[in-house]
Amino acid sequence: MLSHLLLEPFREESVRHSLAAVLALALSAGPIGVFLMLRRMSLVGDAMAHAILPGVAIGFLVAGLNVFAMTFGGLVAGLLIALLAGAVSRTTELQEDASLAVFLLVSLALGVVIVTANGMDIEQLMGFLFGETAAKMNSDKLLVIAGNATVSVLALALIYRPLVLDCVDPGFLRSVSRAGGIAHLTFLGLLVLNLISGFHALGTLLGVGIIIIPAAIARFWTRDITIMIGLAVASGVLSGFAGLLLSYHLGIPSGPAVTLVAGLLYIGSVLFGRVGGVVWRAFPGKHLEA
Amino acid sequence: MTAQIRFSDLTLGYDRHPAVHHLDGTVERGALMAVVGPNGAGKSTLFKGVVGAIKPLAGRIERNGVAPQDIAYLPQVAEIDRSFPINVYDMVSMGLWRRAGLFGGIGAKQRDAVEAAISAVGLTGFEERAIGTLSGGQMQRMLFARLLLQDARVLVLDEPFNAIDTKTSADLLALVQRWHSEERTVLAAMHDLELVRSNFPETLLLARESVAWGKTSEVLTPQNLLKARQMCEAFDELAASCAVAEAV
Repeated sequence: MLSHLLLEPFREESVRHSLAAVLALALSAGPIGVFLMLRRMSLVGDAMAHAILPGVAIGFLVAGLNVFAMTFGGLVAGLLIALLAGAVSRTTELQEDASLAVFLLVSLALGVVIVTANGMDIEQLMGFLFGETAAKMNSDKLLVIAGNATVSVLALALIYRPLVLDCVDPGFLRSVSRAGGIAHLTFLGLLVLNLISGFHALGTLLGVGIIIIPAAIARFWTRDITIMIGLAVASGVLSGFAGLLLSYHLGIPSGPAVTLVAGLLYIGSVLFGRVGGVVWRAFPGKHLEA
Repeated sequence: MTAQIRFSDLTLGYDRHPAVHHLDGTVERGALMAVVGPNGAGKSTLFKGVVGAIKPLAGRIERNGVAPQDIAYLPQVAEIDRSFPINVYDMVSMGLWRRAGLFGGIGAKQRDAVEAAISAVGLTGFEERAIGTLSGGQMQRMLFARLLLQDARVLVLDEPFNAIDTKTSADLLALVQRWHSEERTVLAAMHDLELVRSNFPETLLLARESVAWGKTSEVLTPQNLLKARQMCEAFDELAASCAVAEAV
């Protein structure tokens, strides 16, 4: 019975595609999310997720529901926004959170207007915003997600050292290397790639969840960045797998399903996490000898 | 004696406001020099200029035979994100950057060097500790271990002995003296004038402009210190362009 619940859905090819896509996404998004969190940019990630929407919508406008066109549109919009946001925050004194909030709302509105004014019906729009059900993943999307994941993991390995050092001790990094700026820009590029993967797998509104939530979960269990990245990937994989099963069995969109499972893991971590969890704080045990 | 670092009409600052203004002078090879001055006098800014982290607004810094990246730099502890999940061993290993670079591996010989540096500052046993769990003194010891590994001819230390106890500063001063005896050039931003008088032969008293520069006993006079305090005013938002002629 249990094996029926857990394995039966994967007899269908599209569900297997969904699973593969979510696993690839968890693998690349986990470390990206950890760095987003450590750079205190989680909300920036959220805003950028919406910022790629008009680009994706223009892709849809040109080529209809074509995965590659929408990917390309999102990629261009995302990279443009990343560069623009970086320039704006450096050259003006605009309150960053306020401008991000405005940005997020306007982009979402613009994206929805573009796709609905050009023939996307409500059902398609729901899929666009919240992800399709697990049974509707196609092989083009899987290809894009797997490709993005490959690029993301490899590039992150290349910029890993300066990225860490730029977070923990930027003054020292500037004194030994000029790689800090390049690492930051590359990181923003990888964030855009993962946001697009998240969009394909889980919809525009919730795709960013599998990037941000697993990192927040991992933070409650370790003070070591290597283990943190491992835990983020593991909780991403678990949320993805369980969320897809939920999506299949209940016939609900994949985005909310995966995000809710991740949210449950997060709540569990907030309560019981070994590093700063509520229970450990309330009942720390007797103090030690030394 | 040969010049290690030469400042020629150097002006450094932010948004065109000078934090170091028209500084001229020479740091000799093997010098052990304190940079003293009130908060906002430009000590950190000068050091950032020396290690190449910021570019001069005017004038020049010549580094005789040393690239900016080959100068070991100790930033102020306040600039370090102590909540970052990294342990003491990894943090100290970053002192190997010049040899390992972006991708190079760390072999057995380098691991021994890391261990030796950690032991030299008395932090053996702390390798796996997250930096967020260290005390102020332990944090500074760890950063000195990283400096040891960098094995640089020039060391620039930004407020290395602030807010740490006498035992720790004595241990770390011994390392500074060792670097001095190895004829490395050491610049340190300092607030504790007693430490400066007893350990640093040479002092630059900075208050945006150089107030006095030379033998410590001749620089740290009551008159000079008073002058330094008076010269350090806030940025004037409406300041006009500096009229001092640009030296070519």
